[in-house]
Amino acid sequence: MHAVTQEAVAAQLREDVNRRKILDRVFVIVGLLVLFSALLILVILFLDLVRTGAPRLNWDFVTSFASRKAERAGILAAWVGTSLIMLVTALVAMPVGVAAAIYLEEYAPKNWFTAIIEINVTNLAGVPSIIYGLLALGLFVYQFQLGQSIAAAGLTLALLILPIVIVATREAIRAVPRAIREAAYALGATRWEVTRDHVLPYSMGGVLTGMIIGLSRAIGETAPIITIGALSFIAFLPESPFRSEFPFLSFAWLRDSFTAMPIQMFNWLSRPDPDFHMNAAAAGAILLGMTLLMNAIAIYVRFRYRKKINW
Amino acid sequence: MPTHAADIPHRESGRGVVQVAVGEGRRGDAPAAPAKATAAGLNFYYGSFQALKNLDMVIREKQVTALIGPSGCGKSTFLRCFNRMHDLTPFTRYEGAITLHPDEFNLVGRDVDPIEVRMRIGLVFQKPNPFPKTIFENVAYGLRVRGMRNKALIEEEVEKALRGAAIWDEVKERLQQSGLSLSGGQQQRLCIARALATNPEMLLFDEPTSALDPIATARIEELISELRSRVTVLIVTHNMQQAARVSDYTAFMYLGEIVEFDETSRLFTNPSKKATEDYITGRYG
Repeated sequence: MHAVTQEAVAAQLREDVNRRKILDRVFVIVGLLVLFSALLILVILFLDLVRTGAPRLNWDFVTSFASRKAERAGILAAWVGTSLIMLVTALVAMPVGVAAAIYLEEYAPKNWFTAIIEINVTNLAGVPSIIYGLLALGLFVYQFQLGQSIAAAGLTLALLILPIVIVATREAIRAVPRAIREAAYALGATRWEVTRDHVLPYSMGGVLTGMIIGLSRAIGETAPIITIGALSFIAFLPESPFRSEFPFLSFAWLRDSFTAMPIQMFNWLSRPDPDFHMNAAAAGAILLGMTLLMNAIAIYVRFRYRKKINW
Repeated sequence: MPTHAADIPHRESGRGVVQVAVGEGRRGDAPAAPAKATAAGLNFYYGSFQALKNLDMVIREKQVTALIGPSGCGKSTFLRCFNRMHDLTPFTRYEGAITLHPDEFNLVGRDVDPIEVRMRIGLVFQKPNPFPKTIFENVAYGLRVRGMRNKALIEEEVEKALRGAAIWDEVKERLQQSGLSLSGGQQQRLCIARALATNPEMLLFDEPTSALDPIATARIEELISELRSRVTVLIVTHNMQQAARVSDYTAFMYLGEIVEFDETSRLFTNPSKKATEDYITGRYG
């Protein structure tokens, strides 16, 4: 008698569990559907670019300057320009962003002033990029007399990704356990020693990831560098940063005018000749490839640092 | 105090004074060791909340002094005053004095730099917290902070500290491995070595065994007893038997006050206050 009721209870229980698990499965299916449709769109876009641009995707395309003839035009000036701009952006945004994040996270007292700064930093991440372009036009191009140069473009994009770098760095810094900081303080370390010897090295994975995510946002930005006056037809390269005689390095390229990948694409797309559209597609595929490569590096860096440190 | 019920270990003896093995360092009627630190009229505030109320206490040199009491009684707060860890938290305030002898250095003085205090007084935390660096670098860090650059000298001091923390034999072959590759008990002994490396005058232990298994706990307790010969020890513990086993002096704290402070043997066998007796016999609340 008793055993029978026990079985009935168990059967009831199982039925109940099964019913609730259906909801679980429904959610998994919905989630996968959404995920794959998003991925699918990206893949189709990429494949379409590659297919359209296929006739142009060759070595000559990468090593040729722009030309009035579509089949002879290449992206040499564009990718060199983009690379140099990214270099300036990284060299400016990294130290400034990381230092700002360290100050806010480790040094700043918690008062209304720092609260306002924090809210502003977060809001800056949402400011439309054209606004940065206008700011840079007034500030860098005219006020600081940098002209329509690589330096101006790099600084503009550095400004643009600064909030991203700051937010990502703060997250990474905050992930370092309080116990580790206390351990270092208890040994008599100063705040700077704790930051330099512990907080920064342990959060480097996150810091670099944030930096690369910022750069992959910057690499595709068009509006701000159009605003500050990127050229769309350039048949020469910026001055080489390397010299054969002492001091071997030159910074003249910073003042050179430039073009960049998105600008080159935009220019080709706005021409009536459909042959140029082919060029634009090929350049788009290469730009997308550059972005994916940077993201891949970010993933690898994070993976390597995580393997070394697990609390 | 219903929230404290879980902190009080079950005891079979029920009522009557609990039987405990008294620490080997018991001094009996021998003259007391000289004072290493004296708390006088110490008050401590978190914002407007007063966590420590007018504490007076003498810490004897090269003796182990234990702080016991229910959760929230302020024993860890008191301990952390000794190396100014509270300065890392905003809105905290000290009043009164903790004087370090023999140079009459007021640890909680307003114009005393907490970093100077921490250079003289080490702290071992509740949860083992080695740096995610090599075992060697963990121990060497305090020396590097002090500006030591001589490689041979650092190596010598690291070995000395690891021996002092009874972990040298276990790690001498793997000094370049991560400190995190050790077991919990080894990590805690590594943390003790890290604190010992800089030759502190006083070593603070904040419930150092609460995250460890009984065997690891026994090793740490043994180590603390041995440390007595070279350093003054102040230890917070949840575990009354632990206080009885390792300490020479014990203070019972409750609600931010020191209820009773005496030689461990006397406090556990013949407490003078009713509250102390109730706590050590597990009849609290």
